[in-house]
Amino acid sequence: MAANSALLLSLVEEYVSGLQDSKAKDTARGVKDGQFTVLQLVEALGFSLTNSQTYTRARGVQLLSEVLHECYGGLNEREVEVLIAFYENRLKDHHAIIPPVLQGLRALTKCTALPPGSAVSMLRSLFQDVHVQSLMLADRACVYNMLINLMEIREAELKGLGADFVFGFVQSMDGERDPRNLLLAFQVAKTIIRRGYELGKFIEELFEVTSCYFPIDFTPPPNDPHGITKEELIQMLRDVLTGTPLFAEFLLPLIIEKLDSDVQSAKLDSLQTLTACLSQYEHKDLAEFLEGLWASLRREVFQTTSEKIESAGLAALTALTSCLSRSVLNSDSEDSLCTFINLILEDCKHHLSEPDLKLVWPSAKLLQAACSGSSRASHLVTAAVMPSLVEQYSNRTQCAHRRTLLEVVQRFIQAVKASLSTDNGECCLFMVFSALTENNDSLQITATSVLTSLAQQTGLLLDSDIELAVDHLTRLLLTEEDDRVSLAVVQCVGALAALHPATFITKLIPRLKNEMFSEPIKQDDDNDNKASEQQSHHAVRQRCLSALAAMSTQSSVVQESTPVLLEVLGSAHTGSVDFSVEEVVLACRSLQRIAEQVQDTEETGRCFHEIIIPRLLSLALQAALQDGSSDRYSPLVEEVVLSAIVPVISTSCSRLQPTLAGQTASRAVSLFLDGDVSFLPDNSFPSHIQLLKVEVPRMDHLLSQLEEMSCTCSHPLSYTSAAKCFAGLVNKRAQGDSLDGLIQNTMKRVCSELDSASSPVRTQAFTLMIWLFSLLDDAELGPMAADSFSLLMSDSVDVLNRACHADIRIMYRQRFFSENSAKLVQGFNNAPQEKKPNYLKALSNIVNKLPKQVQVTELPALLSLLLEALSCPDQAVQLSTLSCLQPVLIDPPTALILQLEALVSRLLALTSSPAMDVRIASLCCIHAVSHFPVHEVLPFRARVLRALARPLDDKKRMVRREAVQARAEWFLLGSPGGR
Amino acid sequence: MSGGTHLENANPVIFQRSGERLLTATDEDEDIHDPIDDREIFDILFVSINDPEHPLSLEELNVVEQVRVMVNDAESTVGIEFTPTIPHCSMATLIGLSIKVKLLRSLPERFKIDVSITPGTHASEDAVNKQLADKERVAAALENSSLLEVVNQCLTTSRST
Repeated sequence: MAANSALLLSLVEEYVSGLQDSKAKDTARGVKDGQFTVLQLVEALGFSLTNSQTYTRARGVQLLSEVLHECYGGLNEREVEVLIAFYENRLKDHHAIIPPVLQGLRALTKCTALPPGSAVSMLRSLFQDVHVQSLMLADRACVYNMLINLMEIREAELKGLGADFVFGFVQSMDGERDPRNLLLAFQVAKTIIRRGYELGKFIEELFEVTSCYFPIDFTPPPNDPHGITKEELIQMLRDVLTGTPLFAEFLLPLIIEKLDSDVQSAKLDSLQTLTACLSQYEHKDLAEFLEGLWASLRREVFQTTSEKIESAGLAALTALTSCLSRSVLNSDSEDSLCTFINLILEDCKHHLSEPDLKLVWPSAKLLQAACSGSSRASHLVTAAVMPSLVEQYSNRTQCAHRRTLLEVVQRFIQAVKASLSTDNGECCLFMVFSALTENNDSLQITATSVLTSLAQQTGLLLDSDIELAVDHLTRLLLTEEDDRVSLAVVQCVGALAALHPATFITKLIPRLKNEMFSEPIKQDDDNDNKASEQQSHHAVRQRCLSALAAMSTQSSVVQESTPVLLEVLGSAHTGSVDFSVEEVVLACRSLQRIAEQVQDTEETGRCFHEIIIPRLLSLALQAALQDGSSDRYSPLVEEVVLSAIVPVISTSCSRLQPTLAGQTASRAVSLFLDGDVSFLPDNSFPSHIQLLKVEVPRMDHLLSQLEEMSCTCSHPLSYTSAAKCFAGLVNKRAQGDSLDGLIQNTMKRVCSELDSASSPVRTQAFTLMIWLFSLLDDAELGPMAADSFSLLMSDSVDVLNRACHADIRIMYRQRFFSENSAKLVQGFNNAPQEKKPNYLKALSNIVNKLPKQVQVTELPALLSLLLEALSCPDQAVQLSTLSCLQPVLIDPPTALILQLEALVSRLLALTSSPAMDVRIASLCCIHAVSHFPVHEVLPFRARVLRALARPLDDKKRMVRREAVQARAEWFLLGSPGGR
Repeated sequence: MSGGTHLENANPVIFQRSGERLLTATDEDEDIHDPIDDREIFDILFVSINDPEHPLSLEELNVVEQVRVMVNDAESTVGIEFTPTIPHCSMATLIGLSIKVKLLRSLPERFKIDVSITPGTHASEDAVNKQLADKERVAAALENSSLLEVVNQCLTTSRST
């Protein structure tokens, strides 16, 4: 015990007189460990606390405060009370002692054993004796932290202080400048407002003391040591200002004033603050400022300079109307929403009917923003605006004006909250139909999209309206030649059919079917005429097919539309109706699109797996069997058609009803195996098999058949698809001996059958590599081998991709690259001159397929080789090298800058390449080079400008565009005002 | 460039921007020759020239409209009429000069470029037109480095980069 007190005394002595700051920690540890109590510490400090030297006293208090900071948890109520009394008394002491006193008080505010009433007395003496703003930064923070702590644990007591608390706070934060402290002060203010502390007569003072920072203008210091952002401050201040309707009378004039500011960010902040506060306010808070606010908002939207401010202004207007709509009205009070809307209408409506439609867009946007505030507002606005718009529409004769009006109407339809009134709906529909009959493309396109928006308003369109709409759409579909119009019509058909399937089934589908199966009228007199006739008939069929696909999203529609498509295929096969190969392919595409978009239900699943797929397979088989013998030629043996059928099957297997898909798969496999393989020149269909996660039956048998076929069959489509299928299946096999054996066998086989090399190559990249290397030296097969590198690196679209559940290992490309690039470089260096292009091609193929991030890190090592590749005569190599180079040019490595001369001259040479893509890519690269460090590229300026004059007169517009951009940048280089 | 200084026309009327040019199949066909047309010239101007007073492109201010661009690829002539935002716009000469410089840099040398103010839209139309048509005065203006600096600033693409 005696030893302890001696130790304590020495610690105190060393801290106070010896100025060793570390002793505070030791003392605190002693108190925590129970070596000595706080009481003993105070006793030991006795001399220094009463010392007449200010500095010694300060030091003593500081030791006590630091110890308390560490161990406030262990104090009991009695001790706390005494300590608080001591500290409160010290607040009156010399100013040098205040900082440690505040630290001590802050430690005590964290104490749970704070006796009742002490919080109040602490704050009273704090507010009375301390002038916060003359303290140092850290000490001010200390005061705010005290307040935050006390508000957390002693809310009721502080509320007992009444408005004095708010006054004390206002005084202490008045004039705060440091953003770190401001964040704390805003937090206190926010709590005062949110928790309902009594503000008394200090509402305005509290508002003044916080709003003087509005709008926040703060840029963090360069290295941003405290991590405070402008956004953080803005948000905190906004929370304070918008927290209570009591501030309304002060805040709204302030916002109106700040909206006049020239500073963009101030405007934006004001508008967002306005939007935020409106969620709290009621109409009586707003009443007297409505006109002012409206004037400012109108100005911001009419004379906007940035889209951000415009949209913030519109959002504020929406918030304003919805705030006014919320208000509860007395029987005698005026309806402020009505007044406000009238104000808006008065200012905006006449712009909608100005002869030149100059301010029509901003006015319409304002009205629409008001519209979307509430359903009452939208009713008021549309009732006033729509009739005049419709009238305008009928009075105007210029199509451009009419289109603008229609677009305005469409925005209104979308903006309206609940639903358009029936009157207005009819008006709109009238406009839409009249626009659809107009002979103007863009008007028709706009009209279809208005129709779509109208249809989405529930219950607005009657069945008779829909029928009329379908008639109009049908007419456009069958007669309108313009691509954009028919695209818009097809989209509209799709959207409407999803909502009203029945009408489309009964009206549109039979009509389209008729149209497709009718033969073009035979006219023998004029050949030219006949050709154009056929052309247009083909276009009609094309549009019909895409409309059929677009409308089939509901299963009831699918049930009706797919038989039509199948019938097209069927009659194309039998030749009963004359369909071109292209049309047949389109029919397959339509089926595929339906399979992609339709809802996955039992019904549609059955439709696809039990009707469509078997029918497709049997048609393909029949077509294949009849070859040669009959004089007619079925379009279904065409390679394009077969490859269009495959995705139909694979999409439906992967998307619709997995159990049914399993059945389809096993049926297809048995068809393939049990039938005679040789009679199927179209083995493309089994390639869908690996889509399934289910185990494919009789795997080994299937594999050997496929292998056989890929090596022996002479029909090119057969052997590539067999090889693809084989690859897909092998990819799925579990790793192990059987797989290795399989690959070994295949390898042997493949080596002996060099001409089918390029396709089975994908089976296993790593083993095949060695073999491919031996090929690169073979002059004849070299280019082919190089091409297969690209095959290995790319995700094959149809078989080995993720959608087909293929087993793709991560980082495959990176590993492939790192294992093989070195070998390629070595091979290049050793190869004789005429073989070098093969290596370059292989290299640029693999580099091109690497993910961009990897490219950028790996490329510097390969630069010289790639530059070499630029002068290789093969256009594909040039193109793929240019596309590798482009990302690197954005952040050029030093190695590249050293070779700038070679790079620039090769790129310039390529700008006159015969291939358009190469010219474009090289111009892009030249553009990128202009952003290199100025002193490096400036020497090339004159030369590049001269060389770029030629592509300015290129025969292709896309080349000229790149040339113009690149040349403009090079002109700016090193020129005053440029770079 | 505006800063806090007084603007001559603080509230210009802003016009809708027309969309990007749509790519057609012929654009991608290697064998077809695409002639230089009005829209192409218009695109060259509108992506790249800013009004010296406003952070907006010339199209948005309706200073350049597609209908006022006349190109004849076969005869190698380009004629452009531009409309200053207000009749007393002191920047008219500068805008005209920027348009001219941009076209000189972007078109093949064979073209004769004629830039003038839309008749009846500017107080001192004739004087400005005369300045812009005078080859030697244009060349002299571009020798003046401070003038070239302002022109280059107008031609620096802020939007695309």
